[in-house]
Amino acid sequence: MAALLEIRNLSKSFGGVAANVEISFDVAPGEILGLLGPNGAGKTSLFNSISGEVTPDAGEILLEGRRISGLGPVACAMAGIARTFQVVRSFDSMSVRENVMVGAFTRLGSTRAAMAQADETMEFCGLTRRADAPAHMLSPAEKRRLEVARALATKPKILLLDEMLTGLTPTEAQEGVALVRAVQAQGVTILMVEHVMEVVLPLVSRAIVLNLGRVLTTGTPAEIVKHPEVIRAYLGDRYAAG
Amino acid sequence: MQVALSGLLMGLIYALVAAGLSLIFGLMDVVNFAHGELMMVAMYAAFTLWQVSGLDPMIMLPLVALLMFGIGMAVYRLLIARALAVRFNKGMVQIFVTFGLAIFIRGAAQMVFGGEFRAVTGTALADRSWHLGGIFLPLPQLAAGFVCLLAFGGLYLIGRTEFGHALEATREDRDAVALIGIDRDRIFSLGWGLGAATLGVAGVMLAGFYYVSPNVGANFALIAYVTVALGGFGSLMGALVAGLLIGEVEAVTAQLLEPSLKQVGMFAIYLAVLMFRPRGLFGKI
Amino acid sequence: MQNAITLRRRRELITAGVLVALLIVLPLPFHDPYTRNLMILTLLYAALAQSWNILGGTCGQISLGHSLYFGVGAYVSTLLFVWHGVPPWFGMLAAAAVAGLLALLVGWPCFRLSGHYYAIATVVVQEIAYLLFLNWDDIGGASGVYVPFHGQSWLNLQFRTAKLPYFYVMLGFFALTWIAAWWIEGSRWGFSWRAVKDDVIAARSLGVRVFPSKMAAAAISGGLTGIGGAIFAQFVGYIDPDSILSGPLSILIALPAVLGGVGTLWGPLLGAAVLIPLRELSSTFLGSSGSGVDLMLYGALIMVVALWRPQGLVSLFQRGRNGSAS
Repeated sequence: MAALLEIRNLSKSFGGVAANVEISFDVAPGEILGLLGPNGAGKTSLFNSISGEVTPDAGEILLEGRRISGLGPVACAMAGIARTFQVVRSFDSMSVRENVMVGAFTRLGSTRAAMAQADETMEFCGLTRRADAPAHMLSPAEKRRLEVARALATKPKILLLDEMLTGLTPTEAQEGVALVRAVQAQGVTILMVEHVMEVVLPLVSRAIVLNLGRVLTTGTPAEIVKHPEVIRAYLGDRYAAG
Repeated sequence: MQVALSGLLMGLIYALVAAGLSLIFGLMDVVNFAHGELMMVAMYAAFTLWQVSGLDPMIMLPLVALLMFGIGMAVYRLLIARALAVRFNKGMVQIFVTFGLAIFIRGAAQMVFGGEFRAVTGTALADRSWHLGGIFLPLPQLAAGFVCLLAFGGLYLIGRTEFGHALEATREDRDAVALIGIDRDRIFSLGWGLGAATLGVAGVMLAGFYYVSPNVGANFALIAYVTVALGGFGSLMGALVAGLLIGEVEAVTAQLLEPSLKQVGMFAIYLAVLMFRPRGLFGKI
Repeated sequence: MQNAITLRRRRELITAGVLVALLIVLPLPFHDPYTRNLMILTLLYAALAQSWNILGGTCGQISLGHSLYFGVGAYVSTLLFVWHGVPPWFGMLAAAAVAGLLALLVGWPCFRLSGHYYAIATVVVQEIAYLLFLNWDDIGGASGVYVPFHGQSWLNLQFRTAKLPYFYVMLGFFALTWIAAWWIEGSRWGFSWRAVKDDVIAARSLGVRVFPSKMAAAAISGGLTGIGGAIFAQFVGYIDPDSILSGPLSILIALPAVLGGVGTLWGPLLGAAVLIPLRELSSTFLGSSGSGVDLMLYGALIMVVALWRPQGLVSLFQRGRNGSAS
């Protein structure tokens, strides 16, 4: 099957510090692909390139064969890429419903249609009960859900989740995992960043491990956990820090 | 040459007025819209001390600077600390709180001193000047320029003390400093004190050759905002360079166009620079 | 469809209808010109603040130079009237068009700036315009322009001494700005603009075109402010840069919205209803001696309200409503 998203030799550096070096991989339609790596491995930077927030220095990104790198975040959103943020960025002067409507307006012109879309997406994400609460009143877990709902309301082809499960209680994380599976069941491809392997490996079909800006390895969860380089990157760091 | 020199001297004053504003902004992201009015307070203080004692305002300089330091700290404690603590519309609240303060001070000055223009006269330097090969240099302006340079030196030195490093650390990361035992609130209030004391110096020197009235602040404040934005918020070096540039541009514009249009030049330069450097000459992009 | 948003919007519309009905009869018991004048000014600033709010409150771009659009609108309409006898009703349209275009022209460079840099740039642009108008002799320069009296008529918006017609014109202007704000609030534009205000990066990631959003908000805000200038010129019969294109006026345009509630529908009216009478009364009764007490009072009021009610005076009303809704 043709890849949905293709990353080709992508490099990006900030002020001389290389965040991503010649990264290449494909995302197949319908899969959940994990993007792993210790802190500072370049995961968020890669996300910013894919979502159009930054322009890569070299290489390109293709969505369904069309080049999207360098077109900017708006064009990427219109092309079908949606994302959440590592540090939650809710619209705090608005209610939950209004937040999700902003997402819905990406493809809809009328307020009525956007409301209907928002209702549907909030229901799907389990936010209906909080629909009219101000966004700033939500709990951290609810805010993560809100970001997912807002992104889904744009009717994306691929959803980028940036540490959506980090910092949640085990119960909340389980609910988050269920939501991710439900999103996949709707036919949305998912690329998710996590640095906690235990949470993400059961969820993904394949994972890419980044270290120091480069692709360390790619494979199924079973392959990843046995990979010596991965063990060194993770455990080595941990032992060094301890 | 004459034009360039008088522009230079005025530019030094602008630079010093802007330095205080820039300091406060860099530290806590607050634009003080009462800046000109605080300088007006310093000018009135100089004027009053001169009237009461008969001594040259320049002798009173430390006293006024100290007074302004106290006023700056009081403003921070009474108003700004509260404005920074609000949860919503933080930006608007701080703009309009300092703006309200500006109007309040203007009213107070009107009440105490009346609306007339006042001037310090008959001091040692007043109306005296140097003639150097056809160039005319009034002494009060010259002294003011010199003291402004000294004040800049002082600010630079303060930046290298322990307090200066604490200021710098607070500027870099406002939340992290609490972890290393720096009292953020204390640093902020000292920052305000220092910013206001800087204005005290500028105000005293300005009082040596410029009239004082309740509205004198407004004009200088606008120039100060332009200077700070041109130099880049939070940059001392930026304030100095931009102040000199503004002083020069103003002097030249006044020469070329009508004097009433003298500010158009500096405003135009400012807009032109911001097109290419949206955060000013020395601002962090 | 019915939900909290549609219900709120319907309630707002009904409240507005009742309010306009009340305002129509409000000036009738008061016959003295002073009181009516006060009411007219209050409505004027409420409408101007409502226009400002579209850019400053909804879209989050704090313009401190809005007197530019007010002043230019007044000049456009007045000069058309004086030079070519164009009735101010058409002058208003021209004023709105020119002020709106000017807002786009100012926005083009200034919207690249963020936060305080933007606010100060708007002050500077307005100051440049002020200085240019002051020295532009063809349009009266510093001595200003008198609006010649062409006889009492609704067409020319001139009434010898009657204040009531102006009151209704201002009420109409306020209703126009309110309806514009209300309509925007419920439309795709309003959602995009508020998203831009709250978080630019998140807004972009959802496909919101940030720069065009700011430009559209500026054009509408500037255009409406220009209409206000055109009406004001007919009302006072004389314009000069100091009275209609000045820095303090720019602040006064923004202030009712800030004190009443930034980005809210009722904030500007509420803010103006508190601020303008207080300001006028204190300057009438306390300011005539030149003692400065009126300024101190005015300044203190701004400080106290801004600190005590950062979300504006409307939050006094909203608290009860939220409590009953949840």
